Amino acid sequence: MSAADVPLPDPGEREITYVAAFIEAVKLEMAADPDVFIAGEDVGAHGGVFHTFDGVQTQFGERRAVDTPISEQAIIGLGIGAAVTGLRPIVDLMFMDFVLVAADQIANQAAKLKYMFGGQAKLPLTITTVGGAGLSAAAQHSQSLEALFCHIPGIKVVFPSNPYDVKGLMAASVREDNPVLFVLHKRMLGQRGAVPVERYEIPLGQARISRPGSDVTLVSWGKTAADSLVAAEQLAGEGIDVEVVDLRTLSPLDIGTVVESVRRTNRVVVAHEAVRFGGFGAEVAAQIQEEAFDYLDAPVGRVAAPFSPVPFTPALETRYVPDPARIAAGVRAAVARPLLGR
Amino acid sequence: MDGEQVGQQALRLHIPDTERGPGAEPPEVRFISAAGEMRRPELDEPVERIALMRKQMVRVLDDDGAATGPWDPQLTADQLRTGLRDMMLVRAFDARLLQAHRQGKISFYMQCLGEEAIACAHKRALHPADMHFPTYRQQGLLIAGGYPIVQMMNQVLSNEADPLKGRQLPIMYSSKEYGFFTISGNLATQYVQGVGWAMASALSGDTRIASAWIGEGATAESDFHAALLFASTYRAPVILNIVNNQWAISTPEDFARGASATFADRGFGYSIPALRVDGNDYLAVYAATRWAAARARGNLGPTLVEWVTLRRGAHSTSDDPSVYRPAGEASHFPLGDPIANLQRHLVTLGQWDDDRHAALSNELDAEVAAAFAEADAHGSVKSGHTADPRTMFDDVYAELPRHLREQRDQVGR
Repeated sequence: MSAADVPLPDPGEREITYVAAFIEAVKLEMAADPDVFIAGEDVGAHGGVFHTFDGVQTQFGERRAVDTPISEQAIIGLGIGAAVTGLRPIVDLMFMDFVLVAADQIANQAAKLKYMFGGQAKLPLTITTVGGAGLSAAAQHSQSLEALFCHIPGIKVVFPSNPYDVKGLMAASVREDNPVLFVLHKRMLGQRGAVPVERYEIPLGQARISRPGSDVTLVSWGKTAADSLVAAEQLAGEGIDVEVVDLRTLSPLDIGTVVESVRRTNRVVVAHEAVRFGGFGAEVAAQIQEEAFDYLDAPVGRVAAPFSPVPFTPALETRYVPDPARIAAGVRAAVARPLLGR
Repeated sequence: MDGEQVGQQALRLHIPDTERGPGAEPPEVRFISAAGEMRRPELDEPVERIALMRKQMVRVLDDDGAATGPWDPQLTADQLRTGLRDMMLVRAFDARLLQAHRQGKISFYMQCLGEEAIACAHKRALHPADMHFPTYRQQGLLIAGGYPIVQMMNQVLSNEADPLKGRQLPIMYSSKEYGFFTISGNLATQYVQGVGWAMASALSGDTRIASAWIGEGATAESDFHAALLFASTYRAPVILNIVNNQWAISTPEDFARGASATFADRGFGYSIPALRVDGNDYLAVYAATRWAAARARGNLGPTLVEWVTLRRGAHSTSDDPSVYRPAGEASHFPLGDPIANLQRHLVTLGQWDDDRHAALSNELDAEVAAAFAEADAHGSVKSGHTADPRTMFDDVYAELPRHLREQRDQVGR
């Protein structure tokens, strides 16, 4: 299946929010398969502190929507234990920052168990969490840590940018027989978009060209992918035709779609919300130069956060998080670079 | 299989079945002793004997407001009035900042309504140089310790005078000078750090002790258990406080307590003496703190204390407790209100009356209003009148490395 084959919502489809699309996916998977259940802090009676599980316990009861004590390690351990018995758990870590509290269970256990079992185990485990900055939640509640987990073989990493992708990618994640880290962005929860009522899957590992263009490729994911579309519209007014590639899944990475685009546009910028240094953009840039070096008219540009913890106050945070204006500036810089030696 | 047959009986998962929601009955608080009933153990009493008191509760104030029993700390009337003032100041402070949230001047707040006695009496019962490793409902440690409330407000407003320079979430105060370790949003981390600090204090022959704080919900974290083990192994001079306010956001305390009777039960497995204390009784908090501190200062090791109280408000300004909490829970709570309890005691002693109470309340409201006006003049998180973006790179490292200096210069442009 190529990226072009991924189903798209029909024009005129009803619109729901990013978080509603997530809940819909969870409920559809739970209704279809009694082996699917959710567990985590405040996911039951409260419906999750971000309301990402609103109504799930009401519909499926407390045996399939399990409130847990506050122990991230035990929550992931519970998911691993349940997954190897053949259940299909969705375990929630509330804030993405808390994945680090459970890092051993995720990186040293979940990601490696199948391998260490000689292939005997199957881990259909979905770890859900809410990441990103922009709500003045400060250093320990705002991070974008996806690059850390992309570095771990054995786990897949998904970070959708819109309600349609949320629903389809979540369905696919739950049906995966591998551990998946599924990241929602806290600033996107209320964003609306067209989403089909019925169940559908978007296969993991397929990027999408969310805006075709001819002058420069802009690669991104999560909220930054949505902001990239805004930046692209701004740049269109300046005569710069931007093609936006939304990776959707970071690991496995669909570098083919990126490279195909870059070979047409000859210029590329990677934008993400995490800090630039050691960010996932570096991996994307490296693979682009490996596979499309002869097509590049400018170095691969990067737009990302500066190298500091996420500050609290909006006066600092707004300067910290890449926004459409900064993304657009990064694209202009890539486009403005002259064709040396040609 | 030793005579057992696999598959004879289907296994069943137990899920705590505390009723939640506005229609539910308020949960019963278990194991409440009468004032003066619980014996005061010797400082070096064997842990097995102290563990026998795990279902009892240190209480000093009886229902008539009289102090009674072996735990009465014999405070002077001035000390009692100081305690009342501290608690009332904390409550007035919280009320003003909740109002500031409604006014849109701050983006987030957490009050400690109903829990004021614990931090206030604890701080007064320790030495100012002792080090606290708080979690997020111990603003009373700062206020009873004399930290300027205007500085706390500057932090919450995240304004140009914010001592934490706009970096930290509101209410996540830090003050090395006032013995207040910086607050972490990830739970229980400060418990292991507090034990480590206490071990270092002992290792270097210092006289200061540590006091580590955790909510009952966060005792589920592994760090809590590791902290108890280290404290036990090295007899660290530390007080291990568990504030049991009955709720972890929407989750009742029995999820974190498990099948144990009380959180004080957690001590015995690590051979740490544990007390269970009425956290709404200023005198009981003061006395239990002194007992635990005397053990630490006497090289007798750590003490675990479960402070029983009630989180009367929401978890924070970000949640709606009416979804998950039984209605009428506060009025049903058997340990009353900490301020009313101490007020009644002072009145009983003939050291307080309604007029003085009203006058003090007005005085504190005025003090809080003046402090807020002073803080507000420095701007708020919503006015944008705050930290310089170039300061974002300060304190990432002890020095400013070259690559951060370059990034700072770009922000400045």
